[in-house]
Amino acid sequence: MSEEKHHIVPYKTYLVILLVLLVLTFVSIAITNIELGELTVAGALFFATVKTFLVLTYFMHLKYDKPYIRIMVGFVFAIFLVVIIITFLDYYYRA
Amino acid sequence: MEQTKHVEHDHYDPEASKIGMWLFIFTELLLFGGLFIIYSVYRYLNPDAFHLAAEELDTFIGAVNTVILLVSSMTIAMSTTAIQKQNYRLTQWLLAITVILAFVFLVNKYFEWGAKFSHGIYPGSEHMLEAFSQGEILFFGLYFVMTGLHALHIVIGMVFIIWVMFYIKKRKVHHNRFALLENSGLYWHLVDAIWIFLFPLFYLIS
Amino acid sequence: MQTTNANEEVNYLEYKGKYSGIWGWIFSTDHKRIGLLYLYSIAIMFVVGAFLGLAMKLELIAPGKTIMNAATYNATFTVHGVIMIFMIVIPGLPAVFGNFLMPIMIGAKDVAFPKLNLLSWWLYVAGVLLILTALLFGPGVPDTGWTFYAPYSFKTGTNLLPAIFGAFVLGFSSILTGLNFLVTIHRLRAPGMKWLKLPLFVWTLYGTAWIQLLATPVVGITLVLVSLERVFGIGVFDPVLGGDPVLYQHLFWIYSHPAVYIMILPAMGAISEIIPTFAQKGIFGYKALIISTMAIAFVGYLVWGHHMYTAGMSGTAQYYFSLLTFFVAIPSAIKVFNWISTMYKGSIKLDTPFYWAASFIFVFMIGGLTGLVLGALATNIYVHDTAFVVAHFHFIVFGGVGFSFFGAIHYWYPKIFGKMYDKYWANVGWIVFFIGFMTLYTPMFYLGMQGMPRRYYDYLEEFHGGNILSTFGSWIMITGLVIIITNLIRSARKGEKAGINPWGGKTLEWRVPSPPPLENWDEIPVIGEEESKYF
Repeated sequence: MSEEKHHIVPYKTYLVILLVLLVLTFVSIAITNIELGELTVAGALFFATVKTFLVLTYFMHLKYDKPYIRIMVGFVFAIFLVVIIITFLDYYYRA
Repeated sequence: MEQTKHVEHDHYDPEASKIGMWLFIFTELLLFGGLFIIYSVYRYLNPDAFHLAAEELDTFIGAVNTVILLVSSMTIAMSTTAIQKQNYRLTQWLLAITVILAFVFLVNKYFEWGAKFSHGIYPGSEHMLEAFSQGEILFFGLYFVMTGLHALHIVIGMVFIIWVMFYIKKRKVHHNRFALLENSGLYWHLVDAIWIFLFPLFYLIS
Repeated sequence: MQTTNANEEVNYLEYKGKYSGIWGWIFSTDHKRIGLLYLYSIAIMFVVGAFLGLAMKLELIAPGKTIMNAATYNATFTVHGVIMIFMIVIPGLPAVFGNFLMPIMIGAKDVAFPKLNLLSWWLYVAGVLLILTALLFGPGVPDTGWTFYAPYSFKTGTNLLPAIFGAFVLGFSSILTGLNFLVTIHRLRAPGMKWLKLPLFVWTLYGTAWIQLLATPVVGITLVLVSLERVFGIGVFDPVLGGDPVLYQHLFWIYSHPAVYIMILPAMGAISEIIPTFAQKGIFGYKALIISTMAIAFVGYLVWGHHMYTAGMSGTAQYYFSLLTFFVAIPSAIKVFNWISTMYKGSIKLDTPFYWAASFIFVFMIGGLTGLVLGALATNIYVHDTAFVVAHFHFIVFGGVGFSFFGAIHYWYPKIFGKMYDKYWANVGWIVFFIGFMTLYTPMFYLGMQGMPRRYYDYLEEFHGGNILSTFGSWIMITGLVIIITNLIRSARKGEKAGINPWGGKTLEWRVPSPPPLENWDEIPVIGEEESKYF
């Protein structure tokens, strides 16, 4: 039945990841409190992206999954990004 | 039930369930994706109003809720490890903590929304039409839709997890057959990941 | 999962399970029965939709009011569009033939999640009923057009909420079907059925399923927002509150343009099965067809803006969308060349499915080339929102999907029902339908060039001639339709028994009895290394 051996992730890994996520959260709050103007959003989004990446990789086990699932996830994020960019071809260049 | 050549679909294929769940998560991502597109367009069109409106939100409550969701994500992730080690007691406890944390999140959300409502900030309110600019109205329109939809997902996730706990109790989900538990975890992490984006976009841009 | 030999006699039509009679169907998780459930429900809705189309054409036979007033006409084209798009062509081939054939074609006993499959059909029925509720009860029949454009969709006093909710539920049904197919194709292929041995119909279902999965949620959330806008006034698409109605159009077409490929890709897939069988020759360019399928699915996801050239987009976006629209034409053309090359030097058997397939290529080319007229920025602005557009998308959606659907049903009918239809009447039905189709839609290109707008119940005297011809064509087409449907229904009872492989098809479904037994295979087939269908 379970011919494929299932990778058992140690509790410690999850704990470490949680701590990293919490640190990133507080750093992003701290950073956005400084007045950075346009960069505020970019900074906040950067931290959110890193956090999501960690959640996907460790909590959602992508690290231990077969490559094709990772490819699918990457593909979906990529296509969403492209759709946003194309939408902004309209709004960014509107007179 | 003569001639019972029953079509038995009970072959267990954890990988199929897993891809099924991932594909479902993709649809959820694009569901929220549509909202993120709307958010980014309106933010681009009304940068100052969004800035101003975000100051109405309480970063502290948002941060607390972020911490709650992150911790709950860890507990449900750990439950998969626990069930593989056949530690059913711990599995159930970890899941219970996840559900309780989810509930606390919702309570926070309730008070947060309640405060907004009492200040006359809700979709279609007269106060907003009089005192707020169009950009601010849009900000709060999106705020209520996105956090509301997210809260709905929290509720669905809670039901899902409780259902899995029930299955574990009956040992329909066990250490050799835990795809359902993993899937509930995947779903919960999705809810978490969406919040990871909602939090900065609404609370941290002031 | 060992099965006994006794099953061979019990086909899926006669099998009696836990429930009997109609319950044995609507609670069946058998993919073949679900396929037929879809077939029957789609056929019923198609008759309703076709009747509405007929009524519209009758209204247009003369200028001024003929049989209905302006408001009724608005409601009629809205309902016609909603039924035809959301209930027929989007589920269309995947839900009917995909369900019935895909598991057999890949050598599986069922789809990956049979219960989910049944749930998809229930959701479909629920969506249909919700939309019918909008028509029969409440303040009035929706009159926004099937696109539910903002801001009219939250200003109109008609009964729009149930219609929107119904469309949402239909979308959910479509997502679940797509999800199920993707997992099935990934996990349940028979041993030796490698990706590059999959029949092309399965490949197109795979591409389609991805679009269903990734595009439908966007329209789902958009429709939810329109509902919230109607009920609470959240402001996101309401210009009074700062919203941008053009953004609604973006989000709507992010789904609804790929939806065209949800419709047309499986149609192309079915044609790719029919043509090699009747040319008695392997398909030409198997890999090219796969690549073009995936290319259409991918590029088709990114060209939605060509529906919005006159909506007020930026010039940059217009150029971009126009350019990319032309790119979609390339893989589509590759497919046409491959079909033609398959026929070249083949030994063509002229039978009903082949007639449909050949006429599919013909109407699809007309639809595709006029699509370039619309995709090009300059010409689009001239014919935007005219009868030209209506003619174009009927050539693609009705000509493409409809012809392929009829081709598919005539091709797989002996497999599905175990009976052969009356070929003479099937051919008569085809030629009458084809003539009617051309007479109905070709004049509309001309009318559009002359400047007749779409969605008008009235017109100037100079458009009279073309409209008379078009209405006349609608009567011929409906005659053809009656012949085809009558013949198919009649043959299900009285037709001759069909053998396992009446056409000499090479795909796996022609190796199981007609009609197939409950679990398709006594033993899962093993595809040999040298055994390859196409090359």
